[in-house]
Amino acid sequence: MLDTATLTSRTDEILAAHSGREGALLPILHDIQAEFGYVPQESLPQIARALNISRAEVHGVVSFYHDFREAPAGRHVVKLCRAEACQAMGADSLSAHARAKLGVDWHETTPDGAVTLEPVFCLGLCACGPAAMIDGKLTARLDNAKLDTILGDLA
Amino acid sequence: MKIYLPLDSVAVALGADDVAQAILAYASKMGVQIELIRNGSRGMVWLEPLVEVETSTGRMGFGPCNVADVPALFGDLSQHPKAVGLIDALPWMAGQTRLTFARCGVIDPLNFSDYTEHGGFAGLARALDMASGDIVAEVTASGLRGRGGAGFPTGIKWKTVADAKAAQKYIVCNADEGDSATFADRMLMEGDPLTLIEGMVIAGLATGATKGFVYIRSEYPIAIDVMEKAVVLARAKGVLGASVMGRGPAFDIEIRVGAGAYVCGEETSLLNSLEGKRGVVRAKPPLPALQGFMGQPTVVNNVISLASIPVIMAKGAAHYAAIGLGRSRGTIPLQIAGNVKYGGLYEVGFGLTLGQIVDDIAGGTATGRPVKAVQVGGPLGAYFPRALFDTPFGYEEFAGKEGLIGHAGLTIFDDSADMLAQARFAMEFCAIESCGKCTPCRIGAVRGVETVDRIAKGDAAAIPLLTDLCATMKSGSLCALGGFTPYPVLSALNHFPADFARVKEAAE
Ligand SMILES: Cc1cc2nc3c(=O)[nH]c(=O)nc-3n(C[C@H](O)[C@H](O)[C@H](O)COP(=O)(O)O)c2cc1C
Ligand code: FES
Repeated sequence: MLDTATLTSRTDEILAAHSGREGALLPILHDIQAEFGYVPQESLPQIARALNISRAEVHGVVSFYHDFREAPAGRHVVKLCRAEACQAMGADSLSAHARAKLGVDWHETTPDGAVTLEPVFCLGLCACGPAAMIDGKLTARLDNAKLDTILGDLA
Repeated sequence: MKIYLPLDSVAVALGADDVAQAILAYASKMGVQIELIRNGSRGMVWLEPLVEVETSTGRMGFGPCNVADVPALFGDLSQHPKAVGLIDALPWMAGQTRLTFARCGVIDPLNFSDYTEHGGFAGLARALDMASGDIVAEVTASGLRGRGGAGFPTGIKWKTVADAKAAQKYIVCNADEGDSATFADRMLMEGDPLTLIEGMVIAGLATGATKGFVYIRSEYPIAIDVMEKAVVLARAKGVLGASVMGRGPAFDIEIRVGAGAYVCGEETSLLNSLEGKRGVVRAKPPLPALQGFMGQPTVVNNVISLASIPVIMAKGAAHYAAIGLGRSRGTIPLQIAGNVKYGGLYEVGFGLTLGQIVDDIAGGTATGRPVKAVQVGGPLGAYFPRALFDTPFGYEEFAGKEGLIGHAGLTIFDDSADMLAQARFAMEFCAIESCGKCTPCRIGAVRGVETVDRIAKGDAAAIPLLTDLCATMKSGSLCALGGFTPYPVLSALNHFPADFARVKEAAE
């Protein structure tokens, strides 16, 4: 759990770093998520006050974008590309394999908290699919065996 | 010894960083002096990671390279098992007309003198000597149309912004590149970021805008990193700042990162997102050109549109306009993807037929099986069967076949593809990514998935329902997300009816 004092002071620092910026909410939310791993509910009023908008508006933005999480993810985040060019190279059966292997569906986290599985719609690696992003790192030309090796290394 | 190895996402995803370390380690072990340059990609994805070694006859290529291939790079190069020959002589490179991508893969993306020595800033230098109206006229005369998908003439858009009276105007570069099968924006930003900056500065001079944004999708971490460094470099060198090149007006650029919403590639949704709001689509009018970012006149252009400006200004509108087909002037970076033997980026004048692209340039499928369908123009583009492979690559030509070229991505599918599943996915994608503002898109896409599922269960009566639904989405949606989802759906249905003729499962 985050302690409130740290949360408030780090949020303040992030808000200060973006002060005066036009339309600063997305950059702020990206920084908050980079700092805490998700966008804590508790930080919303503080952000709203700094930008002079309502808390509901901040929440509306957080919930609109697929990237922002309202709760912490697992220790590792595996994003598998589900888009057409990767489909043409077997992305559907690869993701079925991954879901079976991890025992989770999209957007779920394994019970041991190790891996969160998410879909992504294109990583720009469309001529060497299926592609994935694992903890922010790109990988491509995946098959079941290559993915198993990668998943095996995640603890 | 000068060695090149791309920092491009494709190369990195396929192990380039490990190869780079191995090269440095081996060179130091052998006591060989080398300079390792992390360049952009040449666009030959099947050869990545592609190592290039500078020789007296030119740059020799080796790929796809893994760590085990490194020691042989320090031996007799002609004997290297991964040798592909001189890069410039490869048919893939020699067949292209590289204007926008002329420097991509050639130079060090973040080396300022490399950029200028390869023709960089020639276009900006010329623009700085011209009246703003003349720059706009030059862009109009080039025939350049927006490469983001809609194909709107860039010069006309710029004129609207130039003529608008406002204290503050903006140039917004759309680098959201959400379409599957497209990666031209990414490759350019990673491989030649200063070209995009130069194009945006020229757009500023032409329209009176002094501030630019590049809105890059969060799925592109390497492009974001390279662009941020390039902006810092351009500021340090006086290209950006209080006076462009020390003799122009002010212009500066800020990099912004998206947050995983496909619809934010739509220009009004993108503007809302830049303003820190939910990425919902705005009704047009007002046009962004008149009331865009923060209600001010704003040019919203795709990366490739803006990055084509420097070469147009440097070589002249006539040079650019002389290339192409019909009303599609200049070059287009084809992005050939999916189940493809030779996939990647191929910049060429408009006018090749789909068959020439798929069979001759791309060599058909990676699996070696027959090509069943090619989706052209991303998730909102139509599926083309072989019967339409004589369609020439151009805006009007594809529209004439109930399709679109979009951002020029092509996804090849072999004969194992199930076109009903592809139609279902098109609806599912629209449902996931809809901004929710208009009903035909938000509700229609959900009904679309259900209707395709009925057809899959053998309910042929659902086929006319699907067609009706598509007509409603096409005519009633606020933007092309709902409006164009019918393209992949109906093309799958019309060109591949056998895949929709499902037999009803026997009743229990
Ligand atoms: C759902 C949707 C997604 C879009 N995505 C992009 C995109 O990722 N990149 C882009 O440049 N244009 C995209 N567009 C087109 C833009 O709305 C706009 O036409 C374009 O940015 C204008 O620039 P251009 O004239 O240089 O093409 C999209 C449109 C729609 C309806
Ligand atoms: S479709 Fe998967 S990376 Fe583009």
